[in-house]
Amino acid sequence: MDKILISGNWACGEAAIRAGCRFYAGYPITPQNELTEYMAEHMRQAEGGTFIQAESEIAAVNMVLGASAAGARAMTSSSSPGISLKQEGISALAADELPAVIVNMMRGGPGLGNILPSQGDYFQATRGGGHGDYRTIVLAPSSVQELADLTMDAFDLSDAYRNPVLILGDGMTGQMMEPVVFGKPRPRRYSEKYVLKGAGEGRSRFVRALILDALRMEEHNWKLVRKYNVILQKEVRFETFRTGNAKLVIIAYGIAARIAKGAINRLRDSGYRVGLIRPITLWPFPAQIIRDTAERIGSFLVFEMSTGQMLEDVKLALEGRARVGFYGRPGGIVPTPAELAKAIVQEYQR
Amino acid sequence: MKKVFSRPRSLKNTPFHYCAGCGHSITHRLICDAVDQLGIRGITIGVPPAGCAVLAYNYFDVDMLEAPHGRGCAVATGIKRTLPDRVVFSYQGDGDLAAIGTAETFHAANRGENITVIFINNAVYGMTGGQMAPTTLLGMMSTTSPPGRSATLDGHPIRMSEVLARLEGTAYIERCAVNSPQNILRAGRAIRKAFRYQMDGAGFTMIEVLSQCPTNWKMTAAESCKWVDEVMAQAFPIGVIKDIRKGEKHAD
Amino acid sequence: MQIKTVFAGFGGQGVLMMGYSIAHAAMNEGLHVTYLPSYGAEVRGGTANCTVAVSDEEIASPVASQPDFIVAMNGPSLMAFQTRITPGGTFFLNSSIVEGRPNRADVTLFEIPAAGIASELGSPRVQNVVMMGAYVKATRLVSADTYLRSLESILGARKKAAMEVNRKAFSAGYDYID
Repeated sequence: MDKILISGNWACGEAAIRAGCRFYAGYPITPQNELTEYMAEHMRQAEGGTFIQAESEIAAVNMVLGASAAGARAMTSSSSPGISLKQEGISALAADELPAVIVNMMRGGPGLGNILPSQGDYFQATRGGGHGDYRTIVLAPSSVQELADLTMDAFDLSDAYRNPVLILGDGMTGQMMEPVVFGKPRPRRYSEKYVLKGAGEGRSRFVRALILDALRMEEHNWKLVRKYNVILQKEVRFETFRTGNAKLVIIAYGIAARIAKGAINRLRDSGYRVGLIRPITLWPFPAQIIRDTAERIGSFLVFEMSTGQMLEDVKLALEGRARVGFYGRPGGIVPTPAELAKAIVQEYQR
Repeated sequence: MKKVFSRPRSLKNTPFHYCAGCGHSITHRLICDAVDQLGIRGITIGVPPAGCAVLAYNYFDVDMLEAPHGRGCAVATGIKRTLPDRVVFSYQGDGDLAAIGTAETFHAANRGENITVIFINNAVYGMTGGQMAPTTLLGMMSTTSPPGRSATLDGHPIRMSEVLARLEGTAYIERCAVNSPQNILRAGRAIRKAFRYQMDGAGFTMIEVLSQCPTNWKMTAAESCKWVDEVMAQAFPIGVIKDIRKGEKHAD
Repeated sequence: MQIKTVFAGFGGQGVLMMGYSIAHAAMNEGLHVTYLPSYGAEVRGGTANCTVAVSDEEIASPVASQPDFIVAMNGPSLMAFQTRITPGGTFFLNSSIVEGRPNRADVTLFEIPAAGIASELGSPRVQNVVMMGAYVKATRLVSADTYLRSLESILGARKKAAMEVNRKAFSAGYDYID
């Protein structure tokens, strides 16, 4: 397979189609318009593919709900304010145990904020996001290649657990171009028994989120939790970078983790013993590796393009075992590796 | 003895939870009658709403996917585009269709989505206890318009059928009632016709049903049936609002 | 080695194409590369820019807070970026359009009358490729051969005939620099 130079938004769309996504509904919002446009052009060419420009983010995610129940690999995408609107549907997908992939190319917030890269939606993404007791799997790519790979994985994970999967990118992941080699499509493993396609001669089925009886509702809640526990056991992904002999470990995800790598490389050249843990799944959060690392290393620095959200998960993982510093740049600021290096040195010398 | 009336096959043998005199149960049966007559039980997928009919899947013996409040037309769109050869209908109340779900309804209609909407208009939010609906009549009291709906403060009742009929994507829209044997028979024919249009790929079809809600109207069942004729149908005239095949010959 | 270049100019001057083509060529030479366009409201009002990072190792940030090279195709681009260029960096100016000169003493300056050369070739639209000829020669980021092959594969889908004038434009810019 050839290497091609492609933007994150396009790569995400292409990977989705290669993964067998055949239903996409979306609504324009910067900085992810190119993904919607890519789908508009290419989904129609894919056999059995449907593209709908929906009247709103809410409509788009609910169309995905219908398509997913009817058996399509389905996806919608947006950026922060639009993802807020989609929460109703994401909650319903989780309740109904339907697969779907939702892409968030985060931008500065709260409110309309701006259209620059940001990581302010971590809480929303990792705590379910909408109402009710549920979780979504959250994948955080830090390059266009990884975005393409995780997009394909997202469909498989979503099918395997019959649960919505979120891809949490940002304006930069979406907009920038990098060389990409696309993975091979894999056959879909999803039982027909979950597909609502008319009862035929058999018994009719229904898919619903409303459970008026408290005991049965509770039972459903615990059933979801059992599923989430399996995900917590089996699906944690992370990368460690130059953590051997480190004195201080940076924890960063997505685009911030790349900047951290740049800073770490500079600092290592100057003799600083610093490394990186990069969560790839934000939920399930790689708490164990952080705890394990804390056995050798006494201090961590969380770096986010937000005011400190993943920071809480790191603290929860550590349960006071180590010192945790924080460096954050919200609002669409993308700090340089040099700026981050300064913050790291400060923490290092503490 | 000749059997002249029985439960449709695609209606489950479950007692309705609806209040005495409510129009939902009659409309459910009419839909099931239409499904039986067209022989489409196995290929029909229904989309029940939030509202009194949220438990519709307990009654309809067809596949069903519950929609979040107001999103029936978006959910039905997703199903129908994925399975174009199925018969897909959404079942929505007035708050669902004409307030929180106006955008989804309007745009599905405008796209000419080949789905059927059964629109229950009872001029009130039933399930939540009688609040003002977008279709509540002027002067009509509700728990959120205690002195009666005011045009100045609350706006006018929306005639969704007339609004949607103006859109080019809609194929067939009829307003019916289920308050008398004659109206019920007519509503049944309309629903069947809407399904048939959908099966022919004609586009968006909607049957609005003026549906009595004696509980929230604070009337007896008999009074509510009368009220549909004497008051409600004055604001929401019964009849075919739009039929792109009007004049064409078709068996019905 | 890690080099970041900002290409900036009016919309219509082919500024994004300049960045995309050099990124493509760098990829074909096996280098790490990122290409970041300006987007959204930033590009309204007729200006455009993009940032290309080329490196022999993984690129940390696709953003250039202190670009090594700046290619300014119009006057406003010079004004906008002259404060940001890294000390010792290099400016490429479209000197047939840009009247001002950098107010920095610590930069190298190439004045390329790209628009003029393109007009002489009878195709004002290829001023961007003229500039790329000069850029490729001066920076040696990629070979002329690789660049032209990349350009051809990018244009290939559109029209073959366009390649001829682009080749001439590239050579004119390339030869303009000693």
